Amino acid sequence: MSRPMVDLRGVYKSFGTLEVLRGVDLRVRTGEVTVVLGPSGSGKSTLLRSINHLEKVDRGHVSVDGELMGYRRVGDRLHELKERDILRQRTHIGFVFQSFNLFPHLTVLDNVAEAPLSAQRRPRREVYPVARRLLDRVGLADKADAFPRQLSGGQQQRVAIARALALDPKLVLFDEPTSALDPELVGEVLDVMRDLARSGTTMIVVTHEVGFAREVADSVVFMDDGLVLEQGPPAQVLDAPRHERTRAFLSKVL
Amino acid sequence: MSLSSEPVRLAAADPPTATPAAQDESAELAALPVVPARHPWRWVGVVVVLVLVAQFAHGLATNPGWDWATVGQYLTADVIVHAVGVTIQLTVYGTVLGFALGVVVALMRLSRSSFLQTVGWTYVWAFRSIPLIVQLLFWFNISYLYQRFDVGVPFGPALLSFETKDLVSPIGAAVLGLALHQAAYAAEIVRSGIIAVDHGQLDAAAALGIPKGRQFRRIVLPQAMRSILPNAANEVISLFKGTSVVSVMAIGELFYQVQVIYGRNTRVVALLMVATIWYVALTTVLSVVQYYVERHYAKGSARSLPPTPLQRARTRLRQLRAAAARRDLSPVGEASR
Ligand SMILES: Nc1ncnc2c1ncn2[C@@H]1O[C@H](COP(=O)(O)OP(=O)(O)OP(=O)(O)O)[C@@H](O)[C@H]1O
Ligand SMILES: [Mg+2]
Repeated sequence: MSRPMVDLRGVYKSFGTLEVLRGVDLRVRTGEVTVVLGPSGSGKSTLLRSINHLEKVDRGHVSVDGELMGYRRVGDRLHELKERDILRQRTHIGFVFQSFNLFPHLTVLDNVAEAPLSAQRRPRREVYPVARRLLDRVGLADKADAFPRQLSGGQQQRVAIARALALDPKLVLFDEPTSALDPELVGEVLDVMRDLARSGTTMIVVTHEVGFAREVADSVVFMDDGLVLEQGPPAQVLDAPRHERTRAFLSKVL
Repeated sequence: MSLSSEPVRLAAADPPTATPAAQDESAELAALPVVPARHPWRWVGVVVVLVLVAQFAHGLATNPGWDWATVGQYLTADVIVHAVGVTIQLTVYGTVLGFALGVVVALMRLSRSSFLQTVGWTYVWAFRSIPLIVQLLFWFNISYLYQRFDVGVPFGPALLSFETKDLVSPIGAAVLGLALHQAAYAAEIVRSGIIAVDHGQLDAAAALGIPKGRQFRRIVLPQAMRSILPNAANEVISLFKGTSVVSVMAIGELFYQVQVIYGRNTRVVALLMVATIWYVALTTVLSVVQYYVERHYAKGSARSLPPTPLQRARTRLRQLRAAAARRDLSPVGEASR
């Protein structure tokens, strides 16, 4: 197998005395969609945030596309990277939040254009057409000049996806992208994500949408209590889980 | 038996509003004129206030003690206008330097370094504890404390050397005192504005790899401005009036100049009125500026912004004109009504 896009080895993370990740190992292949399932509090968000170094892990290593996140190896030592270099590493990774986190004082178009302009220092005449094309791709070309609060939840999350794609990332992380949405708006966001998966973007998606996992995922991960309990193709993990805990969880969400 | 059957019969006989009887009734109601509820006590209140205002206005106009002739004579006199200029200058420098330093102190208090946090906290503590007037007198007398001001190697030889009283003019001392005092309050206002910004905004900015400085200027500050502005405007206005404290340093700002003049001609009330008119007028200007600046930073916050008074007046004028035009064009029968 070629080099994985994401490679986590023995990752530990605690908040105070609470151990949230307790030795997570996870590999995600390039071009694949990985869905992460697990009960509330099992550490799914913390896992995603560790991948792009929004959380600094206590022990273990995270690599994305062969690059160690947050550190540089010099000889037999690891040097902590400066904030600026960590920010640069993050420009290769898109992140979509449960609560959208759009910038409310910027128009939809400026939300999408902000990172390419400031993080990649690309010229405006290049960035804005790309931003418009991305908005078109998520079906919101006509909302470019609206402010986020003027949009529905589903539309806001689609803008957030366009914003994450604006840096042309190698990897996109989704943290429960549809959990804050009314049921009738979930579909439009999942459609955009399905589209993205088909175009070959590497994605890690934390979600409770088991239907989406079955249809789109190449690999399903079940997390419980800070550990990856099992990982495998959807047919295996969803229909013939090996662990009792997985079975118990699935019987509740299905 | 009759008790239990009655509600059932009622429910069956009265499906919601659809019966012809109900429709008739609502049509009938719609045709009736509406008499608004009366609020006699409200009217009593209005009358009492109007009488009091009228009395006060009458007093202003007729009581010779106000001495309007003197007020008019001094309101735009050169000394006064010049003094107003000094007051404005003190306010502008005090605000700009105060808020610039305030932002730095606020960032110190929010920094991850506990040393910087302590420095920031101590600054705010110290300058909020010392009364402004005491501080101003301190700066005014600084040259007694430090005769020379040297630039050079710390604890070593001096490379450049100044006389403190050349370096810190009275105006300079006043600006310094006002700015240092203002910075302590500005720091707290800015800090509270920054921590009010949702943490998810920083997560999103960090996840997008937006550089630190840009995160602050482009993402955090504009959102923090919404809660900073009303408080900051309060501060500017109170600093503007607070500059009158500087009169203890014999600086020719508005309040000092007014005192000097009434010390000479004893027209105390008239000259205080001159100062009041200027303070009120300039505060009014500041309030209007505040209104528009706040609107600017409200972008994206409401679904749509309410119109400004000017826009409202224009719309109203257009409506009146349209109504007038319609009346001119209307057929004879209607016009004769
Ligand atoms: N910054 C933090 N400080 C302290 N505790 C935290 C922090 N972030 C997360 N936790 C705790 O870590 C545990 C795991 O949180 P995490 O958000 O990763 O769970 P999750 O699997 O995403 O849950 P959910 O499905 O509810 O989103 C929780 O008990 C949470 O309270
Ligand atoms: Mg979560």
